[in-house]
Amino acid sequence: MPRLTLLCFVLFASAAIGAYEFESAQMEADYLKLTNELRCLVCQNQNLAGSNADLAKDLRQQTYEMLMQGKSPDQIVEYMVARYGDFVSYRPQLKRNTILLWIGPFALLALVSVLVIRAIRKKQKLRPPDAESMKRAQQLLANSEGKP
Amino acid sequence: MRYATPLGIFILMVGLLGYGLSLDPKKIPSPLIGKPAPAFSLASLHAPQNRITEKDFQGQVWVLNVWASWCVACRAEHEVIKRLSRQGIARVVGLNYKDKPEDARAWLQQLGDPYALSLMDQHGRVGIDWGVYGVPETFIIGKDGLIKYKHIGPITFEILDAEVIPMLKKLLG
Repeated sequence: MPRLTLLCFVLFASAAIGAYEFESAQMEADYLKLTNELRCLVCQNQNLAGSNADLAKDLRQQTYEMLMQGKSPDQIVEYMVARYGDFVSYRPQLKRNTILLWIGPFALLALVSVLVIRAIRKKQKLRPPDAESMKRAQQLLANSEGKP
Repeated sequence: MRYATPLGIFILMVGLLGYGLSLDPKKIPSPLIGKPAPAFSLASLHAPQNRITEKDFQGQVWVLNVWASWCVACRAEHEVIKRLSRQGIARVVGLNYKDKPEDARAWLQQLGDPYALSLMDQHGRVGIDWGVYGVPETFIIGKDGLIKYKHIGPITFEILDAEVIPMLKKLLG
């Protein structure tokens, strides 16, 4: 199974790069990282690298050309976000309207942890025995005195 | 009373998930609303020697309708755009997106041409600048050159009456 997954990756990657030639290995790495982190807007839940939609092809081309013009990966992400919104990025920048996305899961985890700990503590607290069971316990103890 | 908390959480989650279901994940809010209309310089579909830029619309309220002859939903929307154009409230400009000029011209000849001007974006470059990700899309640009409204997907007669026309009237003052 891992081998199959790997094969899929290789096939996708080669389908996406295929047509492009890069000046340096760094540029190629940047290209791969960008097309993996940018979302295809037409076929949602796919990234640019994995999609064969027309728009994804155009955006790959745009990414490639911008890299060749010497733009940095950050500049390219900014360019895409300015046009398509934070939605285009699988790794949205930390901003006021994305803060919930970033800290939400941790906040929820913290909240649930506090609630669970409090519930457990409450259950563990021992109640003092009432008068009747106290008496019974004493009786039992008295009866068993001296016996092994 | 014992069940108040779980019940509360349950109702909250149902509410939240219900709200989630009512949203359309295909509709991505455009970051361009309130921003200046992106610059372009495109050939006219009917007179390719003429270049048209965003400056040609300075000081006007105008509508940009992105369409293509290969787009089925555009065909459905076309009657709505024709009515909008007939009403003559604002200039309706067509942006022919990733299309063959001859196909586009034939389409307009067959179905009627509601556009005051038709621009050709054969390679979809201007489309990228405008954040177009699916045709049809419709923008309204104000006198100040800012994008005021965007609709993704076909405009229906209901949306035309409820959103597009009121927005145009408001912008025209």
